[in-house]
Amino acid sequence: MSGYLAYLVFFLIVALTYSIVVMGLNLQWGYTGLFNAGVVGFFAIGAYGTAILTGPDRPELIGGFALPFPAGVVGGMILAALAALLVGLATLRLREEYLAISTFGIAISIQLIGLNFDALTGGAQGLTGIPRPLFSTFGTPGAYNLFYLCLVGTITAIVFAALQVALQSPWGRLLKAIREDETAAASLGKNPALVRLQAFVLGSTLMGLAGGLYVGFIGYVSPLDFLPLLTFQIWAMLIVGGSGNNRGAIVGAVGVWALWTMSGFAISRLLPVHYQSQGGAIQVIIIGLLIVLTLLFRPRGLIGEAQSVSRHAR
Amino acid sequence: MLQALADGILTGSIIALGAIGLTLTMGILRFANFAHAELITWGAYMALGALAITGTFAGPTPPFSFGLPLVFATLIAVVLTAALALLIDHLVFRPLRSHTSHMTVVFASFGVSLLVRMVILLIFGGSAAYYSNELQIAIRVMPGLRVMPDHVFTLGLTLAIVVALHLFLQKTRLGLSMRALAENPDLVRINGIDTRVVVRWTWVIGAALAAVSGVLYGLTVQLRPEIGFQLLLPLFAAAILGGVGNVFGAVIGGLIVGLAESLSVLFVPAGYKMAVPFFILLAVLYVRPNGIFGALRGGAK
Repeated sequence: MSGYLAYLVFFLIVALTYSIVVMGLNLQWGYTGLFNAGVVGFFAIGAYGTAILTGPDRPELIGGFALPFPAGVVGGMILAALAALLVGLATLRLREEYLAISTFGIAISIQLIGLNFDALTGGAQGLTGIPRPLFSTFGTPGAYNLFYLCLVGTITAIVFAALQVALQSPWGRLLKAIREDETAAASLGKNPALVRLQAFVLGSTLMGLAGGLYVGFIGYVSPLDFLPLLTFQIWAMLIVGGSGNNRGAIVGAVGVWALWTMSGFAISRLLPVHYQSQGGAIQVIIIGLLIVLTLLFRPRGLIGEAQSVSRHAR
Repeated sequence: MLQALADGILTGSIIALGAIGLTLTMGILRFANFAHAELITWGAYMALGALAITGTFAGPTPPFSFGLPLVFATLIAVVLTAALALLIDHLVFRPLRSHTSHMTVVFASFGVSLLVRMVILLIFGGSAAYYSNELQIAIRVMPGLRVMPDHVFTLGLTLAIVVALHLFLQKTRLGLSMRALAENPDLVRINGIDTRVVVRWTWVIGAALAAVSGVLYGLTVQLRPEIGFQLLLPLFAAAILGGVGNVFGAVIGGLIVGLAESLSVLFVPAGYKMAVPFFILLAVLYVRPNGIFGALRGGAK
């Protein structure tokens, strides 16, 4: 397999993994109007949870249960859901901002645990040697990456389909109803706080799932993979693709990740070594500009939410 | 222990200054501004830039590590920070405030915070900077407690600003309009007060306090582009702890958060210090979501 094709496979695995995170965020923001400022925290919980549950036993570490990969991923998802429950229960009955601030806080706390709790997370070095599922079945890394792309692609498709079904169900309509007019929904006997909590926890669980898939692919976790910047990148993917539309979420994930990768290449090629750190800042400024300019000038994003009118009213 | 208390009060007073600005904008403009903490970084670095010009005129004034040049640089920084806040409001927040959902503005502030931080990084680079290379000798006040003159200055200035702000909010017409806008925007408009003017002054005051707090942080700790990012959670915790819109509450909240951070080092490894404000925040939201002193009506949606 040629170098470019191998890189394309690698690129798509990461982009599709992020697209699962973006769909989780879309459930929270696009459909329910919940602002999650700590996306990276839930992604990291899924990743670390999977790594600790599936990793090999090591005397100096607490984790290393050597569980099968699917069990590890489910464990990571449950941990992410519990973290979401912790901040969700505290904030979802209150002003909407409080959820944003708390999620920002939990992401910082997770990052600190990743960096400092050496016995569990391996500290700054992270955890290495996490088994990659079915790795020995495939002869070459190239073939394995192709398999993993199929795995991540299938899971992305399942998540997409399941979300479409859920969002077209009465529950999905309830989400939008609460986003648009909470008082009206409550007057019909619905419980807005409970429904918001469900959407928030479910979205965060999907972020945990993506974290687990990420670890299965790269085979190690390190705090450097979970910098606060990732939260902004995921937000840029959602808002550019068009929040309120899962097709947009996937398009945005692939598109923004491509832009990020290519701008990184361009900067490393074009800028002299002396200016590389400034180049990094420019790369991040592009992400910030994408978010702010899309909000201002094209709030619907590339695809955006479809106009929905009751079929009886048409 | 004594030293930790003193350090906590120092950090707390810097957090308090930033939190006052945040609580005012949260109460009056009704949104959680994630970019507020970046105004602190911006102010600190603008003073550093201005010092390159003003610093040539005079040296430090003992016993402090700084002199009149830094005072002038701070004034310039206050003006430039207020200008940035007004610019951001004009370009981003105001267009979004008028016609979209309330949380869109919060989201926009989140994006703006990243932009401001990266522009600072681009201009000034990522390494730590200082206003002065003078070494300051800590004075031993009593056994187990050393204090630097700069720290005493920081505390005194914070106290003076809080008193001045209190008088402003209580005694002046503009202060009254600001409190009224937090309380009941419709009533303010009916009374013929131009809310745009009040909003503008809210930004100016919040940004000025942020700039001063940034300079004090740079003076007592150091300057790094991440100052604001690291202060964001303490600021929110302080503002919510004190009750959104409540200036004195923000001061007490800031002191509590500062003290808790610095005392936490006695019990948990120092690496977790940054998580302390988060746990304070969670505890407040679970137990007393309106803060210890109650929020202004502006706290409600």
